[in-house]
Amino acid sequence: MLTIKDLHASVEDKEILKGINLQVNPGEVHAIMGPNGSGKSTLSTVIAGHEDYEVSKGSIVFDGEDLEELDAEQRAHKGVFLSFQYPVEIPGVTVTNFIKTAINASRKAKGLEDMPAKDMLKSIREKAAMLEIDSKFLSRSLNEGFSGGEKKRNEIFQLAMLEPKLAILDETDSGLDIDALKIVANGVNKLKSKDNAVVVITHYQRLLDYIVPDFVHVLYNGRIVKSGTKELAHELEAKGYDWIKQELA
Amino acid sequence: MDLKEKMLSSFMALEQELDLSSPVHDIRSTSLKTFEALGFPSKKDEAWKYTSLAKLLKNDYSIFPKKESSIELKDVKKYFLYEIDSYKVVFIDGIYSPFLSDTTHDGIDVCLLSAALTKPKYREVIEKYFNQVADKEESLTALNTSFAKEGAYVYVPKSVVAEKPIQIIHFSTGEQGDFLLQPRSLVVVEENAQVQIIERHQSLAAHEVLTNAVTEIFAAKSALVDYYKIQNDRLDASLIDNTYVAQESDSNVNVHTFSFGGKLTRNNLNFTQNGEHIDSTMKGITIIGEQQHVDHYTLVNHVQPNCESHQDYKGIYADKSVGVFNGKIYVDKIAQKTNAFQQNNNILLDDKATINTKPQLEIFADDVKCSHGCTIGQLDEDALFYLRTRGIPKREAKGLLTYAFANNVLESVAIPSLKTRINKLIAKKLGVNLGHDL
Repeated sequence: MLTIKDLHASVEDKEILKGINLQVNPGEVHAIMGPNGSGKSTLSTVIAGHEDYEVSKGSIVFDGEDLEELDAEQRAHKGVFLSFQYPVEIPGVTVTNFIKTAINASRKAKGLEDMPAKDMLKSIREKAAMLEIDSKFLSRSLNEGFSGGEKKRNEIFQLAMLEPKLAILDETDSGLDIDALKIVANGVNKLKSKDNAVVVITHYQRLLDYIVPDFVHVLYNGRIVKSGTKELAHELEAKGYDWIKQELA
Repeated sequence: MDLKEKMLSSFMALEQELDLSSPVHDIRSTSLKTFEALGFPSKKDEAWKYTSLAKLLKNDYSIFPKKESSIELKDVKKYFLYEIDSYKVVFIDGIYSPFLSDTTHDGIDVCLLSAALTKPKYREVIEKYFNQVADKEESLTALNTSFAKEGAYVYVPKSVVAEKPIQIIHFSTGEQGDFLLQPRSLVVVEENAQVQIIERHQSLAAHEVLTNAVTEIFAAKSALVDYYKIQNDRLDASLIDNTYVAQESDSNVNVHTFSFGGKLTRNNLNFTQNGEHIDSTMKGITIIGEQQHVDHYTLVNHVQPNCESHQDYKGIYADKSVGVFNGKIYVDKIAQKTNAFQQNNNILLDDKATINTKPQLEIFADDVKCSHGCTIGQLDEDALFYLRTRGIPKREAKGLLTYAFANNVLESVAIPSLKTRINKLIAKKLGVNLGHDL
């Protein structure tokens, strides 16, 4: 589904990613871990298509198509979704209207009519219930005045509504208490299928107790320096990242 | 013959059809002398530094309508807020259209200034208020006064709440070529009375139209006035709007100005607070592009203690458009405990768009709260990226963010169907089809 080969990317002439290789297949859950500043968020941002990041070498191929040719919105239409570490506040646009706009924009890009209002409402209600989101929340302005936990839950709500093929969760666990973490993880697990894939980017192993990865990769200094199974996450939790740095030194 | 000379010589033609013994005529003559002395403003005047009328003044405008024009309701219905019941005072090329209007004398007076200026029963109100709220020394206002003949007249007696909004619409058909229109309106809202007014100037065909409008609004003790200006005219239509508001104690006047169209628009909005515990609110959303020009020139005279004023103007400028915001707040030495707030936030969507923003505070009292702020920026790139990752194309994403930027100005619009209408106008102006009400 996603094939990243020798990916080098820089922002403002500073190279952050220095040769990433990653293969994600349908039905898989990958975790990307690593210390702060290793390039985790840059990787997710580059996959999602931020124009400020320049890919100087290598490729990202998604469902057989080179993503470099596509704008952020076109990548979204193809089924790439990024759950933001810091979701943006949009005053005056309600959660409901935002999601309607997003869904109908994707449908339009695929040559489909707008989703009938009744179906939209039904879907919104179901997904909100799954994530234990109060209906009052849906008529609030997007992310405006939301707590950290509310913002993250709202990101997963959007994920649930947009049903992407590839979901990248960037530090979704930060700002969540344990109850919210369980609800969010439960939501992600319910959405998982043999046809889609999840990439969890996290500093800590905590979230991986609930969203269990098939593969764990350690990103350090712009490269994936170690890959393994979920046991690697436990090892990192127990020993920290220093032993990886020492191994590499 | 330049326009000034033309105006001066046309005055005699105007006099032929007026009652020269009326006290209003003295006001007209005096005003003409003021205009003659001052002339049209130029960029040399500090108040007109960023807005030039020079090009507009070169046109050879008709000054008086030569014939009555008629238009079909179906052709202009869209310019009305037709979803709700309202009183209507409609003018076509400066002449009252009884067919399109819906006036009243039942409880309140919603009718024509020409009637009020000539009929004895209105004499008392006219003598008390006509040209008493406006600045007599301002040249364009004086020019309007000297030719003042037609416009809307609204009188809301003590403790009466107007049961439906009043729409005042001025159409220009272009049937008589380039046209100079000078509507004059008077709104008197007595003690404890309330009224909502929506005003619009609309050109209907290709021709140069310059409107030099004057509106005087008097709000007596505890009165409430909501005034909405919809400026969404054709690109060959220009407007100089001079609105003067005088308020007595405990009154509340809100003026919203939505500037989306026109070639050149200048809004002179003046408030004078002649009492205590007065609240004055000025809000505006300006969204323009191409080579459009919108200039907001506000003035609040805080001359009594314990009053408030709130100004919140948002501007969105695309292409080569030019915006001006000049907000003057004057606080007299006796106007202690004044709270005056002014905010002007702008977004430039293109490199060639310009905004000139200038707060001007003159404070002579020592116990006041005055704040002002202006910002000029581009859309937040991170927010734009966020929306695009949700599949919303760049253009629409920009529209959504721009909408979000201007949004809080709409919150205070007290007529729901008007709010919806403005929402749709904004969406259209920003080129986004959101497919649903925001």
